[in-house]
Order: sequence, then C-alpha cells, then structure tokens
Amino acid sequence: MSIILFLAVAAILVAGGFLGAFIWATKDGQYDDTYTPSVRMLFDNTVKSKDASTEKLD
Amino acid sequence: MIIDVDEKTKCYHCGDECSDDSIAVEDKCFCCHGCQTVFEILQDNNLCTYYDLNQNAGISLKAKRLENSYSYLEEKDIVAQLLDYQSEKLNKVTFYVPAVHCSSCVWLLENFNKVRKGVIFSRLNFIKKELSLSYNPVEVSLKEIVELLATLGYEPLLNLDSTDKPQQKNATQRSLILKIGVVGFCMGNIMMMSFPEYFHFDLKNSNDANYQKFFLYFNFMLSLPVFFYGASDYLYGAWISIKENIKKTIDVFSVDIPIAVAIITLYGRSVYETFVNNSAGYYDSLAGLVFFLLVGKWLQQITYNYLSFERNYKSYFPLAVKVLRENIASFMNVMELKKGDTIYIHHQELIPADAIILKGKGIIDYSFVTGESESIIKNVGDILYAGGRQKGELLELIVQKPVSQSYLTQLWNNAAFMKEKVMPTTELANLFNKYFTAITFTIAAVAGVYWAFFEPSLFWNSITAVLMVACPCALTLSMPFTMSTTMAIFGRNKFYVKNQGVIQLLNEVNEIVFDKTGTLTESNSVGQYPEKVSFVGAKLSEFELKLVKTITMQSAHPLSTMIAKSLNIKVFKALPIDYFQEFQGEGIESSINGNLVRLGKGGFINSASNKEVKHTHSFLEINGVLIGYFIIEPVYRKNWQTILTNLSKSYKLFILSGDNDTDKDKLAPFFNGNAIFFKQKPQDKLNFINNEQQNGNRVLMVGDGLNDAGALRQSNVGIAISEDIKLFSPACDAILDASKFGQLADFLKFSKTSLNIVKASFILSLVYNFVGISWAVTGELSPVLAAIFMPLSSISVVLFSVGLTHLFAFFRQL
Repeated sequence: MSIILFLAVAAILVAGGFLGAFIWATKDGQYDDTYTPSVRMLFDNTVKSKDASTEKLD
Repeated sequence: MIIDVDEKTKCYHCGDECSDDSIAVEDKCFCCHGCQTVFEILQDNNLCTYYDLNQNAGISLKAKRLENSYSYLEEKDIVAQLLDYQSEKLNKVTFYVPAVHCSSCVWLLENFNKVRKGVIFSRLNFIKKELSLSYNPVEVSLKEIVELLATLGYEPLLNLDSTDKPQQKNATQRSLILKIGVVGFCMGNIMMMSFPEYFHFDLKNSNDANYQKFFLYFNFMLSLPVFFYGASDYLYGAWISIKENIKKTIDVFSVDIPIAVAIITLYGRSVYETFVNNSAGYYDSLAGLVFFLLVGKWLQQITYNYLSFERNYKSYFPLAVKVLRENIASFMNVMELKKGDTIYIHHQELIPADAIILKGKGIIDYSFVTGESESIIKNVGDILYAGGRQKGELLELIVQKPVSQSYLTQLWNNAAFMKEKVMPTTELANLFNKYFTAITFTIAAVAGVYWAFFEPSLFWNSITAVLMVACPCALTLSMPFTMSTTMAIFGRNKFYVKNQGVIQLLNEVNEIVFDKTGTLTESNSVGQYPEKVSFVGAKLSEFELKLVKTITMQSAHPLSTMIAKSLNIKVFKALPIDYFQEFQGEGIESSINGNLVRLGKGGFINSASNKEVKHTHSFLEINGVLIGYFIIEPVYRKNWQTILTNLSKSYKLFILSGDNDTDKDKLAPFFNGNAIFFKQKPQDKLNFINNEQQNGNRVLMVGDGLNDAGALRQSNVGIAISEDIKLFSPACDAILDASKFGQLADFLKFSKTSLNIVKASFILSLVYNFVGISWAVTGELSPVLAAIFMPLSSISVVLFSVGLTHLFAFFRQL
C-alpha cells in the first residue's frame, strides 16, 4: 500500500508543475489583456516569428 | 454577415454613403479621397485582408484635419517625453488610439510594420485601445508614424496627459490572481488528501495509521502557503486595524479582524489537532475560506480598465504649443511655458495658459470650461483665460501665467482634489462587524464558561469552534458579488460606475444637481454643443426661404452661416442679387428682384425694436414688414422633461449653469424657484455643493464639461454624461452614455434594490451563522462537518445574491 504515498507525492509534483506554469504565465502578463488574443488568433497569416520573440510587454 | 443591397453606393473603406461614384479604384467606390488614400496604401502593402475580416472596416476621414497638427513631434524633447524607452536604434512608445473598434483594426495595427519600414513591432491591447510600437528612429521618426496612423484613420490621442506614464498598473491585480491560483491549488489538494477522512475510513487501526499521519503532515505542508501567503493580506489588515484602534486614531473595526480571528483559530486548532491529537484538522475549511475570500476581493477590484475616471485638465490640454522665447521659435510642452513667452494659436486650437492678445482677433469658445454657450470676441490687449478654443484666425499671445496657475487649472488646487472620496463599502460592513465581532466573542466566552463547569474537556473545543464557524465569510462575499453583478448590469446599459462603492453611494443621495449645457442639452463627441435654428413667426413661403438663403450665403457672419445651413431647399439655386450690404454687428440688407430683405438685430430692424428675445436671434423683414425671427437655441435632450419630473418626486433638484439665464422660464417648472442658478463659475459650483453637504445633504452631481470638474469631485457621487465614453470626460465616479440619460432614474432605483439584496443576504448568512454556532457551542463540530458547512454557506449566499440581482434586473428590464 505504500504505493499510495508515492502516488500522492507524484500527483502533487505534477500539479505543482501546472501551478508553476500558471505563476509564470501570470508574471509574464498573460492575464493583463484577456481579449485581444482571442481576436488575434483568427488571423490567417501569423505574425512573423521574429515578432513573437519580442512579445514581452512589461 | 449582413449583405447590403446598396453596396455600390457605400464607401468600400468606411461604409459611408458615396455621393457619386467619381472616386473609385477599379470597381470600388470611395466617399472621399481620404478613404481612397488609405485603400491605396493598404493595397500597395498587400494588406487588403483588412477588408476581408470586416466589411467597410475603415474609419471615415471626412471630419479630420491634418495640416501641421503634428509638427511639434519634430521637437526632440517632446518626443522623449512620449517614449517609454529610448536608445539609438530602438524606441518604444505607447499610444492611446480611440478609433480602434473591430478585428480589422487589430489586424492592421499589428501589421503596421509592413506599412512603414522602420517600425519593428506593434501590438494592440484592444480593450484599452493601447498601441505599443517599437521602431528604429534612424529609419522613421515618431512624427511620420503618427501622421501615417492619422492618415489611416487611427489618430493617436496626444495631449498633456500622454506624458504621464502610468507606473504599476497591473501589479495588484497580478498578485491577487497569483494568490487565487496558489490557494486554489492548495485547496484542491488538501481536499483530495482529506477524502479518507470524509468517508470515515477507520484510520486508527494499526495498518493505516501510517497513512493517516502521512496525510495529516501532507495537509499541514499544503496549508502553509494558504496561511502565510494567501491569507497574508487579511492577517496584515487585521493587525493594522488593531494597532490603529489601540492608538485610538480610528474607531472602526475592520472586517479583517473577525476574518483574521477565524483564520488564526482554524489554523491554530488544526496544527494542534495534527501534532498533539494526531487527528484531522480543518485545513480544508481554511483553504476554502481563503479561496472564496480572495475571489470576492478579486471581483471587488474589477473596474472598466478601458475607461478613465481620473482625468483632469491635462487630458484636455494640448501636449505642445508653438512658442517664441528669446526670439527662438520652437514647440514646447505647455507645462514649460513661462510668463512673457509668445505663443501661436491656430483655428480650433486651445489656449493653454492665461495670456494677452498681441495680434489677431479672438473668437473664443469657452463652453467646455464655463458652460457659456456663446463665443466671446476678444481684441488686441484683452486677456484670455486658458481653456478657451479659438475659432478663426491665427492668434499671437503673450503668456501671463504658467499653466498650473491659470484661472482654470487653479480649480484643481482645491482641497476637494487633494483627498480621496470616502467610499462607504467598508463603512456599512464595519458597522455590521462591530456588533458581529462583539456578539461572537460573547457567545464563545459564554460557551467556554458553561463547558468549563460541566465538561472541562470541551472547553477549548467549543470556543475555537464558535470562532471558526462565526467567520463573516458569507457576509464579506455577498457585498462584492451583488455589487459586481450590479456593475455589470449597469455596464450593459451603458452606465459605467468607477467601483462598487459608487453604487452604494448612489443610495444615500438625496439631492441631484444638474449642469445645463451639455447635460440637459445635447453635446457631440468633440465636446461642442449643437444648436438648432428655428424660425418664429408666419410660415415662410418657398420663395421667401430662397430669398433668405441667398442673402445669408453672402455673409460670413457665423449667425448667417448657421441660418443658411439650416434652410433645406430641395433644388436650390441662388437668386440674382441686385444689391447687398453687410452692416458690421448690425445685420444685412439686400435687394433681390425688387424685394428688400433685411435681416438683423432689434435696433437694425426698426419694426422690431420693441421686441425682446432672449436667445441669439435675428429678425427678418421683407419689404418693410416684420415676418418673424430666427432663433438659435441649444438642443435639449430627448425626454428631459419626463426625467426631471420623475426625479423631482424623490429628490431635491438643482440646476447650476455657467450659461446666462435665457432658459430660466423653460426650466423653472421642474425646479423650485430658488433652485436654478445661472452664471456659475466652476468654483461657485464646487462651493454650492460643499455648502449643501455642510447642511447634511448628500449630493449627486450630473455634469459634462471641465466647468463641472470641481463639482463632480466635491459631490458625493459625480456622474459625467458623455456622447462617446471613450473620449474625454472629467474626473468622476460614473460615466453615463448620453443616449441613456433617460434611464438615470432607473439606475438610481436599481442601486437601492441591490443594496437591499445585500442586506437580505446578510440576513441569510446570519441564519447560517446561527445554525453553525448552535452546533459549535456543543463542541461537536467535526472537521468534516466544517468542511461541508462553511463552503456551502458561502456558495449559497453568493448564488442567492447574484441570482436575485439578475432576477430584479430582468424584471426592471435593465
């Protein structure tokens, strides 16, 4: 039954990974503008990759 | 998608009607050359996707003026003030672009680097209408970028306010989102780990005891961030409040105190259970509580972040003006103006500082500053106050005072602008709290004393249980949830309140003060007040109309131009004029086909010399017979009379107008005789409201222009009426779209309803507390019961308040 302990720890670690991603996204400003990306994704020809690298907006 | 039948006559760019198809490229018609230019620019750059995304997406350019507007952007100092970041090869700038309205706009502006070489990157925040650009200053100048944007119809809004960069804009919101995320994570995992406990597995037997310990410590670990990170604001807030109370600086009990007491008790008891009793704690209840509290807090700080409620004169003043200082002409930030500088003001430009006319004739429109609807004529040597708009020729002025000390801006030095308005959100809750906390502690003490005598083992159990259950969580949630729902409902009806406290303030109002110009009367989106010309007297025949139109077209006097414009004659051809003469400041006289037509003021038209007309007017005399007069009146808003009648039933109404008293008779029936004031200066309005407040009244001010800014600020609630909510409105607590002016009474009524809903949910949560406490005093509150009961009460109170608010809105058709 000690497998349960292992599972619990593993589950927390996985969930913790997602939490980390969430914190990262928040700090990066993803929740500052929640509307424009929904419009942007509808455009056919995507913005050049060069632009994507300068996306940081702080 | 709507397919238009008359597509041919519509401008391919902006969708306006084309007068004919003379302006065309291939098969596409345009209404004006501006639209055609934009299309050609887009076509040259392969950007016609713009039109595929939305039909006729463009912005009409007919009303735009471009000549020289941006010459000041050649000045390095001014450009530097606008930039967010500056280096040799990369500059960053953020513009506010009010014209953004659809996905095509997003697409075009984000592809701006393809339109203009040198622009490296552009990104648009659609909600805030903010365009962030990076460009290479070697290849392209800021002026070129702004001019190109303006040509495309996306003219950035540049004013004195543009140089003030907002600093920590998203910091608080981000930290709250982070807290909600972390606490939510902990809550979910704690609940999972508590599952065995929920289902009453017998964890006391030797086999599973190890697991139980593991789960307990696991939960303890997970609760650390909840207590020390998630709940830190509440603990800190309570600490501050207690400290202030001890120091006697304030006499209110912050709502944070009972919450902190509950959090600390929950945590303390749980830690005790974990390490001393080795039994399950209340970690799940704790995490749930903090999570809900944080969500409520997050709702509370939601505002319309695309609207600005904090604008002052700076948003109205131009960024730069052409200055001649020590014989060097240059553009300068208007804040840098000094006494003795010579400035140049063109047609339609704003006078930024108090100044004396050196050259030129001033026709100054002060309507936005004072509410006075008529332009004022000023000559060489006269003093001009800042804030007026010149209509006419180029003016050369000598500055008398720096901008911050001018007649208009002095208003902002008033004490009313120094302090924040008192928000009642906390007040009501605080009042409630004081008793709530006292009663809770009493019950806990009584229960403790009782058990100390009868069953000492239950002493601590019962005290802590009472303190935990009596947490005013549901109480603190009902307010933000009801108010944010109300805010959303108001927003849906184009009434935008600054924050939740305003809704509560609206309840307490017992007097309403209106401004006249632009509030009861109409205004347009550029801050001008349209006037309508009507003829009083016998109905004019077709021929007489033609006569009048012909002669008024000959004159350049503003009044003549207005009359000429107001006369719509289907097929009009000017009649041949035999004789025409204009008498400066008196009137015009003309002879057509042997008819002598005279148009002018009382003294000029002899037969009308004894007549008295209050508004701007012009008498018409044909062949010596007085026919009647043209009168120019401000246009009152639709239904203004019904609204005033409705409101006067439950509120005391006042009018404070900066205008002269021509409309007194018109307004008198809706107000008490002594409730109408004319010729009020901005400072007078502020003082009037201050006086009313001293007498214990709570005042709602409804205004529009800068002349109301002081009154809006001083009042308990200031509502700014705006034709276009995205454009200028003075600092206020709420912005009302002019088209919804008729619903003002409904909004006031609904704010009362929502406060009643809050009170009802207070009672509901009290019932929950009563049930919970009666459990708790017996000392029988098990962790499972707490884990079910506490979130359940919170959720049901939230559902109750949100649901009821929506229901009432539905019945009121809001």
